[in-house]
Amino acid sequence: MDFDLTDEQRLLSDSVDRLLADTYTFEKRKTYLAEPEGWSRGLWSQYGELGLLGLPFAEEHGGFGGGGIETMLVMQAFGRVLALEPYLASVVLSGTALRLADNLAQQSALLPRIAEGKLVVAFAHGERQARYDLSDVLTNAQPKGGGWVLNGAKSVVAHGDIADKLIVSARIAGDRNDSAGIALFLVDANANGVARRAYRLRDGMGAAEIALAGVEIGRDALLCEAGAAFPVIERVAEAGIAATAAEAVGAMETMQAMTLEYLKTRQQFGRPIGDNQALQHRASEMFVALEQGRSLAMLAAMMVEEPDSGMVGAAERARNIAMVKVGVGQAARFVSQNAVQLHGGIGMTEEYAVGHYFRRVMVIEHSFGDTAHHLSRLAEEVR
Amino acid sequence: MDLRFSTEELAFRDELRRFIRDNLPDDIRERLQLGHKVEKPDIVRWQRILNKKGWAAYNWPKEWGGPGWTPIQRMMFLEEIQTFPAPEVNPFNITMLGPVLIQFGSDEQKQRFLPRAANLDDWWCQGFSEPGAGSDLAALKTAARRDGDHYIVNGQKIWTSTAHIADWCFCLVRTNPQAAKRQEGISFLLIDMKTPGITVRPIISIDGEHHLNEVFFDDVKVPVEMRIYEENKGWDVAKFLLGNERTGIARLGKSKERVNFAKQKAREMRAHGKPLSEDPEFRRRIAALETELKSLEITQLRVLSAQKAGERRQDPLTAVLKLKGTELLQATTELAMDVAGPLAMPDWADELEALSNEPELGPVWATEATRSYLFLRAASIYGGTNEIMKNIVSKAVLGL
Repeated sequence: MDFDLTDEQRLLSDSVDRLLADTYTFEKRKTYLAEPEGWSRGLWSQYGELGLLGLPFAEEHGGFGGGGIETMLVMQAFGRVLALEPYLASVVLSGTALRLADNLAQQSALLPRIAEGKLVVAFAHGERQARYDLSDVLTNAQPKGGGWVLNGAKSVVAHGDIADKLIVSARIAGDRNDSAGIALFLVDANANGVARRAYRLRDGMGAAEIALAGVEIGRDALLCEAGAAFPVIERVAEAGIAATAAEAVGAMETMQAMTLEYLKTRQQFGRPIGDNQALQHRASEMFVALEQGRSLAMLAAMMVEEPDSGMVGAAERARNIAMVKVGVGQAARFVSQNAVQLHGGIGMTEEYAVGHYFRRVMVIEHSFGDTAHHLSRLAEEVR
Repeated sequence: MDLRFSTEELAFRDELRRFIRDNLPDDIRERLQLGHKVEKPDIVRWQRILNKKGWAAYNWPKEWGGPGWTPIQRMMFLEEIQTFPAPEVNPFNITMLGPVLIQFGSDEQKQRFLPRAANLDDWWCQGFSEPGAGSDLAALKTAARRDGDHYIVNGQKIWTSTAHIADWCFCLVRTNPQAAKRQEGISFLLIDMKTPGITVRPIISIDGEHHLNEVFFDDVKVPVEMRIYEENKGWDVAKFLLGNERTGIARLGKSKERVNFAKQKAREMRAHGKPLSEDPEFRRRIAALETELKSLEITQLRVLSAQKAGERRQDPLTAVLKLKGTELLQATTELAMDVAGPLAMPDWADELEALSNEPELGPVWATEATRSYLFLRAASIYGGTNEIMKNIVSKAVLGL
């Protein structure tokens, strides 16, 4: 048991921090947000040069064979500066789906291009009626001439607005909640019949509602067959939880630091407001919440790549990840709400950074199942 | 980063489990499983069994009769004792006084007191708090005036746990009332509770039990060789004592035991015509607590990992262990009481003690769950209130 980073991991963390320190000041971030895509293509290629975009992929696919810890370090650094690029969607979510779907042809075709930054892939799974239920899929795939025809709609697809390709879940058998009837397909985002309605989420990140109307795809577009696909979808959600837990910790670090700085400098009644014990105690409670959240993000990083057949196993891994989602969600709510509260009026303004961090962790909490959703899952499993 | 314990560590944990299972006397085990509190004779009996094995002074070095364990081994020991559950070793002897003697005591003091403390031949209590010195410990007034080879001690201590059953008391006393800073006039004395001039008066707690006392010192003669470390340097000793125990502070094993206990009893209790264990609200409460416990478990491992790496500085995470650990201990004892519902409300400690022939007023565990809940409201008060802890975090960690 140890919580030490290897020299390589430390190096990785340092080089990401160095890159972001210069390029991701809050002012520069505003200019990226103002670009048509809402993020920086220039930085995206720098991530590629640094090896970040292939970090979790095998070397044969242009990657570095990194694991959960490496992803945690990168996501935490992104969280500190609220990086806007589609790393979560393309590298973490779609990357995990491609890595685990066991489709060698697609892996060789797509992973190296993702790693180079030439291809952005979004994971189009959620549907409007499904809320957080992963098995609730109405989009369907009908066989046609050796290929498939997709019909349905996907909702709140992160970076679905700008993705080149989509990984789409669709039902080839079974009723609305039959997990065994769901398969995964690769769809060109500009294919005939794909209609994207692009928008920004509350945190400024791009997303889309995606309608699929008679989208014809070939036989090779089947990424993962029914039966095998649902466990992959669950793993993608777990990878998303682990990655955003780290991102939320990074965001909480910044909110905590900004709040402390404000408490020390803002003068009222002739002294810093941080002299007030009520505010000191709140800040101490924020520290406790942040560290408890950090512990869980670390747990997720150490758990997320545990194989189904290993010592830990799928059920225990899933239970731990659900705990992470609950605990980090609660911590992030506490820290972000109090960060705004302790700043007072300035914390409510669009021009000040803390509100942007607030909204990022708010969006994170409502991704991959919120606190209540995962608490219910855990409650069902209490023995 | 790696969560897995080594093969040796896992084997060690198995050895702990086996030893506790094979050596904890059945009557003590039964009492603890019912949720009864453990009395002095049980603690003495069990600590001597542990001491014979060389484990009672679990955090001492080999040289002074401890097992010389690593921080991880110590954590495992506490966790296994608490979750089994078996009685915990006397904290005044083992976690408080022992390390102080080893760090600051003379050879003579070590040889005289350490083996007896490990074997619980002497039961120690802690004379720190006073009526005017609680969280503000340095305000203490109990005076020790030098008179030849002795100190003459006059004053009063309060909240002194187990003073009524203790053989010795380690005390903070004021030896120099004129010192420029309050902290510089304090000394650390070992006082034999049989010395003439000591009066112990009980304070009954909200659980109806006698744990706490007032201790009065009226011209009590204490030999100078009973002073630990230098005169007027007692504050250094006190700071060391309060800061040195980092592994046990969260009492995670105890909280886990309470959750498991509550889950087990919830299968026996019924609500809405079904076992309480099937009630969704109850299950959510368990899930939320287990999530917080998991998080604190990882935080504790982070502290241990840093210790292993040889970091000697005070780890700010210790504050998290203390604050969250006590909150969870309180939440889990509250849970156990709530499981019993109305059956937890009758107060029949007297009948229990009298072994009355009347039918029982409910399950024994139910009334004992309430006692434990009431008793542990003190967890966020003793050893420095959680509010003081937040003051310390805000100054020492956050720089406010």
